[in-house]
Amino acid sequence: MSSAPTITLAPAAARRANGFWRRALRHRSFVLGGALCLLVLFAALLSLVWTPWSAYDLDVAAKLRPPSASHWLGTDVLGRDIVSLLLVGARATILVGIIAVGIGLTFGVGLGLIAAARRGWTEELIMRMSDFTFAFPAVLSAIMLAAVVGPGMVTSITAIGIFQIPVFVRVTRGSAGAIWAREFVLAARASGKGRFRITIEHVLPNIMSVLIVQATIQFALAILAEAALSYLGLGTQPPTPSWGRMLNDAQSLLFQSPMLAVYPGMAIAIAVLGLNLLGDGLRDLLDPRLSRER
Amino acid sequence: MGDVNDMPLIAVEGLGISLNTSRGRAQAVREVSFTLRRGETLGLVGESGCGKSITALALMGLLPDSAVVSGSIRLDGGELVGLTDPDYCRLRGNRISMIFQEPMTALNPMHTIGRQVAEPLRRHKKLPAAQARGQAIALLDRVGLPDASRRVDAYPHQFSGGQRQRVTIAMALACQPDVLIADEPTTALDVTIQRQILDLIADLVEERGMAMILISHDLGVIAENVRRMMVMYGGTVVESGTTEQVFSRIGHPYTQGLFRARPRLGAKKGTRLTTIAGTVPELADLPDGCTFADRCPLVIERCHAALPAAFDVGGDHRVRCIRTDVSMARAVAEIGA
Repeated sequence: MSSAPTITLAPAAARRANGFWRRALRHRSFVLGGALCLLVLFAALLSLVWTPWSAYDLDVAAKLRPPSASHWLGTDVLGRDIVSLLLVGARATILVGIIAVGIGLTFGVGLGLIAAARRGWTEELIMRMSDFTFAFPAVLSAIMLAAVVGPGMVTSITAIGIFQIPVFVRVTRGSAGAIWAREFVLAARASGKGRFRITIEHVLPNIMSVLIVQATIQFALAILAEAALSYLGLGTQPPTPSWGRMLNDAQSLLFQSPMLAVYPGMAIAIAVLGLNLLGDGLRDLLDPRLSRER
Repeated sequence: MGDVNDMPLIAVEGLGISLNTSRGRAQAVREVSFTLRRGETLGLVGESGCGKSITALALMGLLPDSAVVSGSIRLDGGELVGLTDPDYCRLRGNRISMIFQEPMTALNPMHTIGRQVAEPLRRHKKLPAAQARGQAIALLDRVGLPDASRRVDAYPHQFSGGQRQRVTIAMALACQPDVLIADEPTTALDVTIQRQILDLIADLVEERGMAMILISHDLGVIAENVRRMMVMYGGTVVESGTTEQVFSRIGHPYTQGLFRARPRLGAKKGTRLTTIAGTVPELADLPDGCTFADRCPLVIERCHAALPAAFDVGGDHRVRCIRTDVSMARAVAEIGA
């Protein structure tokens, strides 16, 4: 073997990381999505230290006020300040979304990768178990869980999280299976790598874009599921505000005060849109083949 | 370990492989035996589905889990059949390496080529990252990748097919393996590039004293690159010998068919290429007798009875045919060109 060349270069990883942020800041949907997500995050953090009014104090005399200087977006049917509710509600939304999708990603992707790598009866067992779980809608698992441990945010997060697992199992197994059939995996095996290393180094990076897109979709679904569970009284319990509960509270007054539904709806839309844009952007930025064009 | 000079590097003995297919179990490979010494080159010729790639994968221990392997494959005297996966992982890429047909897909699009070439070095030789990187650059330089030290951090999509094949060769050779298996390494490349890549492989094989198994369906490629060859058909070796012997005597009717089917310069315009009548038998229902019997122009009743043995027709040139007396007399007169 000839000696190492004299030219020394900066480590590849460092330069790649640099390039990533430079490209990221030029990527329109990544920047826009990131800004929207930061906005929601900022609202949640701000609510911890400051809200224009208390989100918990009722003032029935001041109910259903239109927007004004003191209540920027008006008040709801119990006289609570809408802006304050939106700010505090962002916390529940973020918590539910992140934790539920986190549960789904961790277990779902893990099991999906195992199924794709091991094949045989392991795969069969994992897939049938995920079918079984999938057969129970989130609402049903939440009702069962609530019956055992009582309703609340933890119950709804857990139920939604469990419901997410089979979705990720399927997506992961499907796309990982396709990667396992690719020639570079065979080449990697020919160079002496075991199944575990191939999964981590070859399969996972190549299905990351699919997972990111799926995770943003699931995040949006988790927010909506939380809203549905809150409506059934199984999710966030009063008086803790959440966007889903606000939306459902507004439903009975849709004709008198339609704006009450529009505000939380807009908030959910902003969060979901932000995540989708961020996911799209990440997918492009993480794929070396697409990185030049933008 | 025994005497190094006496012991073949690779000894394959009565190799049989059966696979699960949609039509039931299929005997994909039967009675394949050969030996390979350090520095020797062996060619495997045959059409698609004849079992040559499966044989290569069996040597690499990369057959699907459902495959059943019988017989024996020994590397330096150590048995490989039945080896556990972790043990095999220590050999693959280290002592036995493989180059694949499709350079466009044989590299992971998400990793830089430098990382992919350095990987086996870090893994098998436990080199620290910087040193592995240095060796990777040296290797890329050796396989003729222009400007290797600058392009080591580029991704596979930034290279042409020929350049990518050079990268996969660098990957396969990183740990200085004893055996290199090249499975149609130039089929996906332009003809001019083909030549360069084959020359590169030949140089490296000689330079490092490796043994090489070259798989191809191209008789020209085989003629120019290997010392010995085996012709496979329907999962069996129908003819084997030195390249010179096989090319000059063309013993088996199937080999003769292959030679007739070559396109030839100077043929009259409008002449149709000769083909071998019939189709390749399904591996799931191979005939009892000679696998080529259904397409053979010289077939007689006895051919259907049992798989013929490989007869030595002189100088360890073996032909799996009971009618070599007729076929070989004909061949020399008719096909030799």
